[in-house]
Amino acid sequence: MAKGSIVAGCLAPHPPHLVYAENPPQNEPTSEGGWEQLRWGYERLRESLSNIDHDVLVILSPHWQTYVGTHFLGLSHFEGLSVDPIFPNLFRYSYDLNIDVELSKAIHDKAANAGLAVKMMENPDFRVDYGTITTGHMVNPAFDKPMVVISSNRSRHYYSVEVMQEMMMELGRATRDAILESGKKAVVLASNSLSHRHFTTESDVPEDMSKEHIASHAMHLWDMRIIDYMRTGQAQRIIDEMPEFTEQAIAESDGGGLTWLLSTLTVPSYPAILHGYGTIIGTGNAIVEWPCYLHQEV
Amino acid sequence: MANPIVASYVVPVHPHPLLVPEKNEGWQRLRNAFDEAREHIAQGDADLMIIYSTTWPSIIGHQIQADPNPTWTLVDQDFHDLGSMDYSFRIDTDFAEAWNSANHARGLQSRTVAYNGFPIDVGSVVALKLLNPDNAIPAVIVSSNVYANRSETTILAKSCLDVLKSTGKKAVAVTAMSMSNRMFTEFIDAADDKIHSLKDDEWNRKVLQFLEEGRLEDVAQLSRTIHQQIRVQKVVTFKPMWWLSAMNDNRNDLTGKVLAYEALHGAGGAVVHLDPTSNGMGDKEYDEDDVEVYRGDRNVLDAEDSTVPHPVDSTNEGPDLWDPAEGEGAVNTDSAPKPVGLYPHARRVGDLLYLSGVGPRQPGTNAIPGGPIRDADGQPLEYDIKAQTRAVVENIARILEEAGSSMEKVVDVTSFLVDMDRDFTGYNEVWAETLGHYGPTRTTLAIRALPTPIAVEMKVIAKI
Ligand SMILES: [Fe+2]
Repeated sequence: MAKGSIVAGCLAPHPPHLVYAENPPQNEPTSEGGWEQLRWGYERLRESLSNIDHDVLVILSPHWQTYVGTHFLGLSHFEGLSVDPIFPNLFRYSYDLNIDVELSKAIHDKAANAGLAVKMMENPDFRVDYGTITTGHMVNPAFDKPMVVISSNRSRHYYSVEVMQEMMMELGRATRDAILESGKKAVVLASNSLSHRHFTTESDVPEDMSKEHIASHAMHLWDMRIIDYMRTGQAQRIIDEMPEFTEQAIAESDGGGLTWLLSTLTVPSYPAILHGYGTIIGTGNAIVEWPCYLHQEV
Repeated sequence: MANPIVASYVVPVHPHPLLVPEKNEGWQRLRNAFDEAREHIAQGDADLMIIYSTTWPSIIGHQIQADPNPTWTLVDQDFHDLGSMDYSFRIDTDFAEAWNSANHARGLQSRTVAYNGFPIDVGSVVALKLLNPDNAIPAVIVSSNVYANRSETTILAKSCLDVLKSTGKKAVAVTAMSMSNRMFTEFIDAADDKIHSLKDDEWNRKVLQFLEEGRLEDVAQLSRTIHQQIRVQKVVTFKPMWWLSAMNDNRNDLTGKVLAYEALHGAGGAVVHLDPTSNGMGDKEYDEDDVEVYRGDRNVLDAEDSTVPHPVDSTNEGPDLWDPAEGEGAVNTDSAPKPVGLYPHARRVGDLLYLSGVGPRQPGTNAIPGGPIRDADGQPLEYDIKAQTRAVVENIARILEEAGSSMEKVVDVTSFLVDMDRDFTGYNEVWAETLGHYGPTRTTLAIRALPTPIAVEMKVIAKI
C-alpha cells in the first residue's frame, strides 16, 4: 500500500454566521449576506484544496467538548438537524455526512497506545456538533468526502494550557502516524477562531457589517502576532506562546485544535497561506492553509 | 406580596441518575432523591417549574426557551454510551415571553428561542425528565450567560419574580448544576466512582451544610470563592446560587434539606430541597449591593464605570470638587461653591430646609475671601476671620434664595471654628451684624480641621 500523507493543514474557523450569510439550501434562516471578507477567504481555500488530490477531511472541533478523554465519531453515517444553541436564529442546518471509521479507529488506537484516554462514539442518535458542520460546510459544502471527527478534550480547563498542549502534540503525532499508515491523502482541519472575546449584544440585523469590528485593540494585536508567525513559518513560536495567547486573547485555541493541527504538520517551518481574516461579533477569525504537498519530506 | 417561590431545588446535571442508576449505589441514591423531590413537587401547588441550567451557556444575554413543545433525542457529549434521552416537554411560552419583556424592562439583554430541534441541554433534560416526568406542570428554562456577573444574574431573578407576581403564579425554582465539577479525565468503572479529591469533597460538604441550614444567601455571597476552590475554571461559574438566592429574596433562613450527595464521574452531585418556611434562625445581614436594574454592558476592558459619579474638578489644590448631588428635595445652585463630595447644597423636607455645611469659598473661582489659613505645603498663613465669616453668610443667603427661603427664616445654626481662641471674637461680630440680627438659635464648636483651608463653616436649618 502506498504511504499516506497529509496534503494540507488548515485553520478553518466555524462561526455559524458564515453559513448564515451564504444562504445555502441546507440552512433554514436567510440573510442579506455579510462577513464577505471571510467568505471570500473560504472561497480561496476551497479553490486551493480543489487542486490538491485528497481522500478524507480530518477535523477537530471545539464544539464537541469532552471532559473525559478524546472521542471520535465511530459510525459511518450521520444525518440530522444542527441548531446552534447560542445563535439558533442564524444556524439550523440539515446535515448528512460520512465518516471514515477505519481511519478514525486507527487514530484512536494510536492515541490509546500513546497513553491518551480515547473513546469511539457509536450512539446513532448522537448529534454532530455545529462547529464540525460549519467548518465542514465552508470547506466542502457538498459533504462528498468522508470525514474523521475528533472531539475537543477540555484538559486546558482541568490543568493548564501546557498540559493541554502536551496531550494535543501527542494526539497530533498519533493522527499523523495513522494517516501515513492508512495510505490515504488527508486534509487536516482545526476548527477554531483566534481571539475570542464576543460582543454581548447583537444588532437587529445580525449581518449589519457597520457593527462588526474586533472586540479590542489588544485582541487585534494578538491575532496579528499569531498570523505573522503563521505566514513566516514560525509555528514553533505559536506553540511557545500558546499559554499567553490563550489566556490573554481568551482564544478558542484553548480547545486544543491549533496545537493538534501544528503537531500533525510536525510544527511547520514553512510559510502558511493566509486566505482571509475578519471578525465575527468581535472575535478574530483567520482562514489559513499550510500547503504541505509543496513541502513533503517523503 | 409574599414570595411566589414555593420550593427550590438544586439538582445535578449528569445523565447517570436518569439513564443508569442501577450501575452504582450512589447514582441510585441520587435517583431516589430526584424521586423524593418529584413527589414533593407533585403534592404542592406550583403552577410552573423554572430551571436555570449551567449546561446551557449563552453569549448574547440570557436565552429563554419558548417552544411550546420541544421534542428531540439528546445524547450526552461525553456519556453517549449510557444511552439516549428522548424528551418532549411542555413549556409555558406566555411566561417565557413575559419574562423576556421583564428582563428588558430592567435593562437586561435577553431573548426567547423557539426553534424545532433546538438542543435543550443535558442539565435541563435530566431535571425535567426526573422532576416533572409527565409534564404535570409547565416549565420554563433559562440559559446561563457566560459573561454575566452577579448583577445580571440577580436582575434575571428579579424580573422573573416580577412576572410571577403579576400573573399570580406559584413556582418551583430549580438550578441544574454540579457542586465541585471536576470529573475524572480517565474512563472509570461505575463501581469506582467517588468525588475527585478530598478537597472537593470537603468544600462540597461545607456548601451543603450551609444549604442544609437554609443559608442560601451566604452560599451566594461565597459564590466566587467556591468557584475558585472547587470548580474547573470555565466561563460558566458558580453563578446559579446568585439566581436562586435572588429568587428567594436573598434570604438566609430557609428550611434546607440535602436529599442526596454523591459522585458523578468525580463531580459532586447533590439534590437539595430549600423550603421557604423560615427555620427561625434569623436572617443574617446582607452585604453585597442589592441591584434592581441592570445598567448595561460592563465594558470589562474599560477601566472607568460611567455609572459611578466622579468629581468634576480635580485640578485645584485641596479636595476634588463635585457637582452637587441630585435627589429627592435637593436644592442646588451655581451661585454657591461646588461641594467637596457627593452631596447637595440643601435638601427640602416638608417645610424645612437642611443646608450642607457652608464655607467661605467663592463660587466659580474657589477663592477664599480673607485668605486661606495655610499654604499648599501646610504652612500657616495670616487670614481675616471677619472676611471669611461674611463670605459664609453670603453663600448661605444664596442657597436660601435658591430654595425660596431667606435669612429671616433661619431657625438654627451650628458653627465650626478651627481656632476658637483666635477667631471667636471676629466671627461673633459678623454674626451679630448678619444672621444674629434675625434671631436663630446657635451653637459654636471648635474643631481640628475643615476639608479646605478655611477657618469657619456653618450648618443651617431654615423654614421655607
Ligand atoms: Fe466556537
